[in-house]
Amino acid sequence: MCTLEKRGNLFILTFTGEDQHRFNPNVIGSLLSLLSQVKAEATRGSALITQAQGKFFSNGFDLDWAQAAGSEQGAAERLHHMVDLFRPVIAALLSLPMPTVAAITGHAAAGGFALALSHDYLIMRKDRGVLYMSEVDIALTIPDYFNALFREKIGDASVRRDFLLRGLKMKGDEAEKRGVVEAAYGGEAEVKQASVRLAENFGKRKWHGEVYAEIRKGLYPQLSAILGLTHKAYTIARL
Amino acid sequence: MCTLEKRGNLFILTLTGEDQHRFNPDLISSLLDLLSQVKAQATSGSVLITLAQGKFFSYGFDLDWAQAAGSERGAAKRLQDMADLFKPVIATLLSLPMPTIAAITGHAVAAGFTLALSHDYLIMRKDRGILWMPEVDIAVTLPDYINALFKEKIGDASVRRDLFLRGLKMKGDEAEKRGVVKAAYDGEAEVREASVCLAENLGKRKWHGEVYAEIRKGLYPQLSAILGLSHKVYAIARL
Repeated sequence: MCTLEKRGNLFILTFTGEDQHRFNPNVIGSLLSLLSQVKAEATRGSALITQAQGKFFSNGFDLDWAQAAGSEQGAAERLHHMVDLFRPVIAALLSLPMPTVAAITGHAAAGGFALALSHDYLIMRKDRGVLYMSEVDIALTIPDYFNALFREKIGDASVRRDFLLRGLKMKGDEAEKRGVVEAAYGGEAEVKQASVRLAENFGKRKWHGEVYAEIRKGLYPQLSAILGLTHKAYTIARL
Repeated sequence: MCTLEKRGNLFILTLTGEDQHRFNPDLISSLLDLLSQVKAQATSGSVLITLAQGKFFSYGFDLDWAQAAGSERGAAKRLQDMADLFKPVIATLLSLPMPTIAAITGHAVAAGFTLALSHDYLIMRKDRGILWMPEVDIAVTLPDYINALFKEKIGDASVRRDLFLRGLKMKGDEAEKRGVVKAAYDGEAEVREASVCLAENLGKRKWHGEVYAEIRKGLYPQLSAILGLSHKVYAIARL
């Protein structure tokens, strides 16, 4: 499902297996647990890379599990339940005391795209994989915290409109050009290498993790408010 | 420290001397004083240019003065005091009844960058000087009004992330390309000439100062709210 590995200063969170890495309550529970571990073991110079095996980064919530409820109402409840369970994952990423990088080597759709976007830096493949918000196509509304995430992370209103109202499937070169990702590379290995390089460079800055997290929350105030995150002022000056 | 000069319709506010033009309570107080004078003498067609002598526009708050408190706690308090004292400077610039231009001929760092960004137009050198928010590197969080200023003035979320979470030192050509400044020129004289030229063009429009200020506040509603600025509706139509 998902594993955590430590390589020097780097925490590497991996969605394992060749499946779509869909988020059901179990996967979400594991994610939360691993992110807590990352937080607990954080030191100055730590960085997180989130990556996945196979053709998918993640295709979002487990709609099969939702439908297994057996009724339309049951399915809606299960979906709602997953949306609520997933909130703390985004909250944990937004308050993680270290820089975070999403190494997007496959498709990132709906909740999967939201997970990627919750990282500080997105690196993607140019040759394969799309970023896609499928909700408009499957007639699902967008949770409030997803809206806030997109609004505050993607400044270009036309890009946001293209994702949410057009169901655009954005490939790596367009994503790089339109500022949705930091960079796009031609191949899985290149994406992983670039992510590691970026994370290692950040690690060298030896930022104070808690202050880094506070500055990050200050960058995304509406999202922080919606996620119920509080603020702390730090004046630990390294003079 | 700082001087005010009037040249036709132009108000020229200069941070004098070859030092880092660091903001301590005295300088902040002088700035407020001079800006009040500008406001009092404003007429239709007035424009403000803020500039600085030497290698620095401003390097931000006076950390030496903060540390002279003698203890970590005392230093933190002094830093907080300066952040509080500086808020009205930003509020005054945001409500100044005339167009404002920052002629950035040297480094604009932290509160210095903040001061520049509080102007309607930024003109910078290409060949020298950087824009930099070092707070992540010195482990200090940002006051709410500085977060709001950057959020509403810089639309590109990646730029804000690069400035705040990466501690990027941005040179003039990148600043111009990424939309942080209006234009960048090679050399101090060129920056000053361009600023005066722009000021004169804006002055010819003979805008109604109070209305101009209201429209400006409307452009930055969250910042205005945080700064405690109120709104007025004007219907003086020049038909």
